[in-house]
Amino acid sequence: MSHLLVIQMLNGVQFGILLFLVAAGLTLVFGVMDFINLAHGVQYMVGAYLAVTFTQLTGGFFTGLLLALPAAFLFGLVLEFLIFRHLYERDHLDQVLATFGVILILHEGVRIVWGAAPISIAIPDAIAGSVPVLGQLRYPLYRLLIIAAGIAVAIGMYILVRHTRTGMLLRAGASNAPMVQALGVDIRRLFMVVFGIGAMLAGFAGAMIAPILSVEPNMGDGILILTFVVIVIGGIGSIKGAFVAALLVGLVDTVGRSFGPILLKVVFDPATASQVGRTLTPMLIYVLMAAILFFRPAGLFPVKQGA
Amino acid sequence: MEKSEAPVIRASTPKAKHVEAAGLACLFGLFALLPLAIHLGVDPFYLVIATRIMIFGIAALSLDLILGFGAMVSFGHAAFIGIGAYAAAIAAAHGVTDLLVQFLFAMAAAAAFGLVTGVISLRTKGVYFIMITLAFGQMAYFLMVSLSAYGGDDGLTLKARSTLFGQPWLESDVFFYYLVLVLLLTCFLFARAAVGARFGRVLRGVRDNALRMQAIGFDPLPFQLTAYVLAGVLAALAGVLLANQAEFVSPAYMTWQRSGELIMMVVVGGMGTLTGGILGAAAFLLLEEVLSAFSQHWKLGLGVILVLIVLYGKGGIHGILVNMHGMIVNIRGMLVSLAGMLAALTGGGRR
Repeated sequence: MSHLLVIQMLNGVQFGILLFLVAAGLTLVFGVMDFINLAHGVQYMVGAYLAVTFTQLTGGFFTGLLLALPAAFLFGLVLEFLIFRHLYERDHLDQVLATFGVILILHEGVRIVWGAAPISIAIPDAIAGSVPVLGQLRYPLYRLLIIAAGIAVAIGMYILVRHTRTGMLLRAGASNAPMVQALGVDIRRLFMVVFGIGAMLAGFAGAMIAPILSVEPNMGDGILILTFVVIVIGGIGSIKGAFVAALLVGLVDTVGRSFGPILLKVVFDPATASQVGRTLTPMLIYVLMAAILFFRPAGLFPVKQGA
Repeated sequence: MEKSEAPVIRASTPKAKHVEAAGLACLFGLFALLPLAIHLGVDPFYLVIATRIMIFGIAALSLDLILGFGAMVSFGHAAFIGIGAYAAAIAAAHGVTDLLVQFLFAMAAAAAFGLVTGVISLRTKGVYFIMITLAFGQMAYFLMVSLSAYGGDDGLTLKARSTLFGQPWLESDVFFYYLVLVLLLTCFLFARAAVGARFGRVLRGVRDNALRMQAIGFDPLPFQLTAYVLAGVLAALAGVLLANQAEFVSPAYMTWQRSGELIMMVVVGGMGTLTGGILGAAAFLLLEEVLSAFSQHWKLGLGVILVLIVLYGKGGIHGILVNMHGMIVNIRGMLVSLAGMLAALTGGGRR
């Protein structure tokens, strides 16, 4: 039981970290440019497909991953140049619609290029296996690596935003873009780079998860909605909020799914518990989100404009 | 949400009223005459499509009520369609087949869901509102996916269409078509009366500037909540009709993509115009038919069209139609003045 709990907690953290990688880019784009990008989920999906293709081309997962990252970055830049930069000045409704259109385009585009069938790649032998984490308890090494990579990205983002000149410009641009521009900074180029980084992080998440999940055209949809839940709970624009909320959502979802039915059996008879469990567990994080927004309408770590 | 940019077409001048009435007569007249055309040999499949268009027209119209007139971008509106559809299907599964009773169930369920989710959602603004309505939509979706007693993921097949006064009239496609048409017209007139009344004026006032409305003594919440619940109830009616047309319900009616498509219909058709919703539903479903005949990858084309419309088209189809009228007026005006000039010239020549 306690072993199961530890395993499920680790699974929850790993899922949360994955959500954070996608959410970080989304919340950054949102916070800095006030831009809702529904197409962020398909960027995650494209990252997974790129990793698969480069892995198959080069024969190695690591080279595939290394090539997929700049490709995802470039892909983000292209989207930004062609479509998104024309939408920054528009209202949120236009942004929602246009990026919804981009989702439709990329969904079908991927189906045309790679086909609709799920593709999978293997975890490389070097990091396959599992390692002991708690006494006899073993946990897959690859999932631990995902957690480590996510934490590294979180630290990197923190340093980038808080302690570098680029980060300073970003924060300044978020609170008053015209002023920053007046001081001689090319804000458009800055936005473009932010967008590319966001796309790259989403692509990185997709590439990292490719060996665990099967890669398919719809994989971005579920994660997109969860990512929105994460950034809304965390407070839009807050990277710290995204990190906390991602872990929270990951843990609540994973642990809730495995322990919810067990806990319910204490109260209900098995048949009812199973039905109630199946009904409640997928809704759990949405209930969590609604509850958090009810008490804190701007999320856990609200970002103040101009601060 | 920033100020909505969609033009609100108000029938202010008698002339504009004329144009609007003519447009409406055309729209509903076309719908009314379609069965005649099919009687004369047009493919009966168009009757099915037109029925769908009108059903989604009701749904899009209801969304326009909050989206166009209240600037509440609900990304969970499909949940209400699903609630209506499931209310009909579940009632039918328990032997309650009367359409009017099913309507009552659907409206009550949608009103209850709308009231609870509305109170919570309307605490938030802007993007947070979009996201929280999305979350509620997902909740409803997962609820129906998990309810294995009513088909779960696989959906629920209806044994037959609903009855009206104990008679199986709805089994006739033409009868069903006219029933939907009457309901569409009723919903449209009701919504138009609502937005034209004091209620609608306050709602539009809140959309344009909530702070000022508060300053002159209006609390926005009751008005927004009423609109939100009302929109949900109308969408649930569409859901009952949809369940009856397909004789099948499934959680797929409630996915967030469906909600996105509804927003698409309203915006493409023209926000804040009510007719825009109907036009948008027609455009969307016809486009779906045409594009899917070309290729299985028709959604690619749909996406491209959507992006282009957002980037370059303003005011939607309704706007284009209204501008067309403006263009005709302009051309006529030019011709008249040209004629006047010619007359003056020739007159001057004679003198």
